[in-house]
Amino acid sequence: MTPRSSRWAAAALLSPTLLVLALVVFYPLVAAMRESFYESGQRLDADGFVVEGEWFAGLANYAGVVQQRFLNAAFNTTLFTVVTVSLEVVLGVAMALVMRRAFRGRALLRASILIPWAVPTAVAGLMWKWIFQADGVANALLGTEILWTADGPWAKLAVIVADTWKTAPFVGLLVLAGLQIIPAEVYEAAKVDGATPWQTFWRVTLPLVKPALLVAVLFRLMDALRIFDLPYVLVGPRKQSVETLSGLIWDEATRVHYGPASAYGTALFCYIAVIAFVFVKLLGADLLSDVRARRREGSARVG
Amino acid sequence: MKAMHVTAAALALGAGLVACGSSTPEAPAQTRGPITFLGGKFEAESVQKIVDAWNAAHPQEKVSVVLLPESADEQRRKLIQNAQTKSDAGDVILIDAVWTSEFAANRWVDELKLDTTGFLPTTIETAKYRDKLYAMPMFTGTGLLYYRTDLVKQPPKTWAEMKRICEEVLPKQKDMSCYGGQFDKYEGLTVNFAEAVASAGGELLDASGQPQLTSDAAKQAARFLADGFKSGMIPKEAITYKEEEGRVAFQEGKLLFYRNWAYGYEAAQKTDGSSKVNGKFDVAPIPGLDGPGAGTLGGNNLAVSAFSKHKQTAQDFVAFMTSEAQIKAFAQTSSMPVPRAAVYEDPAMIEKYPYLPALKEGILAAEPRPKAVKYGDVTAAIQESAYAIVTGAKPVEQGLSELQAALGPLLK
Repeated sequence: MTPRSSRWAAAALLSPTLLVLALVVFYPLVAAMRESFYESGQRLDADGFVVEGEWFAGLANYAGVVQQRFLNAAFNTTLFTVVTVSLEVVLGVAMALVMRRAFRGRALLRASILIPWAVPTAVAGLMWKWIFQADGVANALLGTEILWTADGPWAKLAVIVADTWKTAPFVGLLVLAGLQIIPAEVYEAAKVDGATPWQTFWRVTLPLVKPALLVAVLFRLMDALRIFDLPYVLVGPRKQSVETLSGLIWDEATRVHYGPASAYGTALFCYIAVIAFVFVKLLGADLLSDVRARRREGSARVG
Repeated sequence: MKAMHVTAAALALGAGLVACGSSTPEAPAQTRGPITFLGGKFEAESVQKIVDAWNAAHPQEKVSVVLLPESADEQRRKLIQNAQTKSDAGDVILIDAVWTSEFAANRWVDELKLDTTGFLPTTIETAKYRDKLYAMPMFTGTGLLYYRTDLVKQPPKTWAEMKRICEEVLPKQKDMSCYGGQFDKYEGLTVNFAEAVASAGGELLDASGQPQLTSDAAKQAARFLADGFKSGMIPKEAITYKEEEGRVAFQEGKLLFYRNWAYGYEAAQKTDGSSKVNGKFDVAPIPGLDGPGAGTLGGNNLAVSAFSKHKQTAQDFVAFMTSEAQIKAFAQTSSMPVPRAAVYEDPAMIEKYPYLPALKEGILAAEPRPKAVKYGDVTAAIQESAYAIVTGAKPVEQGLSELQAALGPLLK
């Protein structure tokens, strides 16, 4: 086969996949972006009936993006993302280190650490709502009378606590997978060289587990940026202190404002895309360099 | 896209003609047949009994019941989705009383030609849009004042009286607050806020639909709630109360007075230990500024979907479900308040549900929430301002004038 015809064959073989992708990924995306430039059925005629139809609205739907509510939601989303992902990385690594050790009852410990991740977010939200309600466990244990589920700074803290509880095991799980492929000889060598546990962690464990950790962080970043159900169930919709971008979009869509909802959705999409791009650009070099190195190694061996 | 709209308009026009009863040759055959009723999970059993009775009598036009999600927001979204895709998934739909205007204005439901005699007049008001009937009341209800008969001799008629009673009673009670309602930021807050304004003799919107939030009555109502929170007359945690949280607090003896719907009566009466106040409470119409207050009218109405293929059957079924016999049967198996006056005069019913006289008085004095096509936006605006006012985040005057300004463009 000439290279030219093989290229055509490849295209032909890939086309069903591309078609499905176009239908399920790009069509909704493009449709939502188109919707963000239209306004629909918001006018009344003389008899009080809604005039059906759609009108081109230009950038009017995007006007809300520079207003207080959107900026507040963007701030909340960013805050939750930065704080929860940082906490989860620390806790997740700690969990993984504990889970890796061989000791009696390890299986039980591993299973129990994973429970929060297995609980559906909405259920977790409800559980934490009971814990945080005015006469709930949190106030009883702390001896306080804080209204965690009312709008305010405490609500932010409640969401951060619940989200960290729920998703730290996910980071733990991925890091554990990374830890388990580190060969034991490396640790033995470190021991022979007289490294302290702290040095072993910083100089050996962390660099070697980094690729797995970066994947975990990237996944969590994406997830945290579109957080919706936890603040919604735990504190409630339209609460300024915990409203996230997804919450704002949901609220606009349920009030049948599809135009602004699509505009905010597009903005959130761009935001997530930018963060992902920057993350991969800055740190992804490590992610990919590993793969490249192995590939080079492989081809060198063959050659 | 354009072609679709034209077809849609043609369909809607056709549907309108059929509904008005003008006889195109093939219309009658089309408008009878099996139908689907989209109902709520709440009270599903009692509804099923009525449906069974209908099905036994109409084997050719059977009704099947499909239950919608429990939460009102989810229900609304599902129904709107059906309407926007012109789906005939539901022929008869159960809609919240406050959605009537929105559904009618969007032509998602048909105008009804049904007899409304025998209904409590205020409940029929909630089923109308621009003076035309678009639905029939199925359940109704308004706020009632639950109070402790072991601590209060006579239920208060005014806010001042309520305050005085609390000052007398509370010092001797441990861990008890005076008054509670639903103040979390959700529909319940709109209800409670509207109720306070109406009870002070004001109204959110005047007869011509203009917002009236800078009136003295609105100011006094907002001050009653804001000062209540500040002084501790309303407990701090009431800011997180929806119906259930407050009901539990009342049942645990933490509240002397609690504003709730009639449904709470049965639960508070339970003798299985879940209620510490069984036999020690009663209900009364809610108090107001200078005399008895005016509650907010709640409830659910039945409507015929504009996209139904069997509209004649659908309309007959609505009439059947809301007939006096069926409403009475419904009232006997569920504690949901019903819209027909006769039920409230039936001695057997009053014996079963002793709150009926107080409830009837409440319903007749009750005010519907603002009738607005964009009700979703209106209630969101009210919640925003009312929450800021009751939490003290904004002074009363500022909160109200902002709300007045926000509502203007939504009500055009």
